Amino acid sequence: MIVRLRQPKREVTIDGPCSVNQLLDQLSMNRESFLVIRNGTLVPGDGRLDDSDQIEIRPVISGG
Amino acid sequence: MVASVSKCRVCREPAIIDLPRHNANFCAEHLLQLCRRQVEKAIADHDMLSLDDRILVAVSGGKDSLAIWDILLELGYRAEGLYIGLGIGDYSDESGGYAQRFADERGLTLRTIDLRGEYGYDVPTAAKVTKRVPCSACGMSKRHLFDEAARAGGYDVVVTGHNLDDEAAVLFGNALRWDVEYLARQLPVLPARDGFPKKVKPLVRLTEREMAAWCIVRGIDYQVEECPMAVGNKHLGYKEALNSIERQSPGSKSAFYLNFIERMAPILASHSRAAAGELVACSSCGAPTTEPDSGDAPVCGFCRLRGRVAGHDPVPVELVLHGGARTAYRAARLAAGSAASPGATADGRTAQ
Ligand code: SF4
Ligand SMILES: [Zn+2]
Ligand SMILES: [Zn+2]
Repeated sequence: MIVRLRQPKREVTIDGPCSVNQLLDQLSMNRESFLVIRNGTLVPGDGRLDDSDQIEIRPVISGG
Repeated sequence: MVASVSKCRVCREPAIIDLPRHNANFCAEHLLQLCRRQVEKAIADHDMLSLDDRILVAVSGGKDSLAIWDILLELGYRAEGLYIGLGIGDYSDESGGYAQRFADERGLTLRTIDLRGEYGYDVPTAAKVTKRVPCSACGMSKRHLFDEAARAGGYDVVVTGHNLDDEAAVLFGNALRWDVEYLARQLPVLPARDGFPKKVKPLVRLTEREMAAWCIVRGIDYQVEECPMAVGNKHLGYKEALNSIERQSPGSKSAFYLNFIERMAPILASHSRAAAGELVACSSCGAPTTEPDSGDAPVCGFCRLRGRVAGHDPVPVELVLHGGARTAYRAARLAAGSAASPGATADGRTAQ
């Protein structure tokens, strides 16, 4: 699946299927600091992601 | 295939988010309900707002300020926005666009101030000239202009979008130094005094992750990219540290901050030094400021900053960034130029 990342904007390809929590763990991302959006909708930690999904991992912490 | 196996704690419909600190999952509707209730509780507990207050929301174009504006309107408050153009390159241009679109789409009043257009300087230039970190000139300019706008516009109270993560990180920083003076003043409400407006933080019971979720569920488009000046700063480091602890033991952040407010702040109250001396009007702009010892005409910090910096040639953002922040800024600009960068790292923040 193609995963869009931010800060800065970029894309990585990850082999699916997997759960949201597995995806974040694989990328060493803390679940507290990110949300995962599939095709425009939020997905909880145990939500399943497939190769055909459009995924965005959105960072939620800001330093301002 | 089912979207997820987890169910909303309230209605048992499929969940869209897990909130470990509540040991529960929520659907969109009940996530919004939870956020609204936490804001209502913060407002009630600390006597922040009343329904006939004229409220000025400090709007940055980021998730927190747009979310609190949205929530206050939903709860029936009369709130207008103020956006300050800080002149931080593309970041400021984009942020202003998000704020303006949010207001336009909803027919809301958004006031705007452009630092360079109206005061002759911007944040990167102020940082370069004063040789101080950009956030220091930025914070002082924002505080001054929000205070002034509230006075001039007859607003009763200024609302800022500081959330639980922001406040916990500041608390963590103050506690690391046992800075009793700052600790004693770290409250979610600052009462009005001597010409300064009342300031309140209604999001202190909600995390950044919850605020981002609010925006996504409500279809609010906001500035996701970070201010380039913030990359690698201490505040972000504290937030990351607290989130590692939160990951291990959910609920730690809210216990740390909310129990501080409830149990520790009253003990420290007597340590908050009474406002040092009488305030007098700045001879240049009229804002309240401390009387100088020298017997010179009083000039507030903002006017002093402006006096040093205004008229200086604009300094590009990149010139005031150092180390990792500059590397990250360059990587972001490169990525903005090319659709995808194949070798990108996945740490979600700094390019290696
Ligand atoms: S990170 Fe610093 S420079 Fe950027 S908007 Fe926030 S206070 Fe201003
Ligand atoms: Zn529900
Ligand atoms: Zn002044």
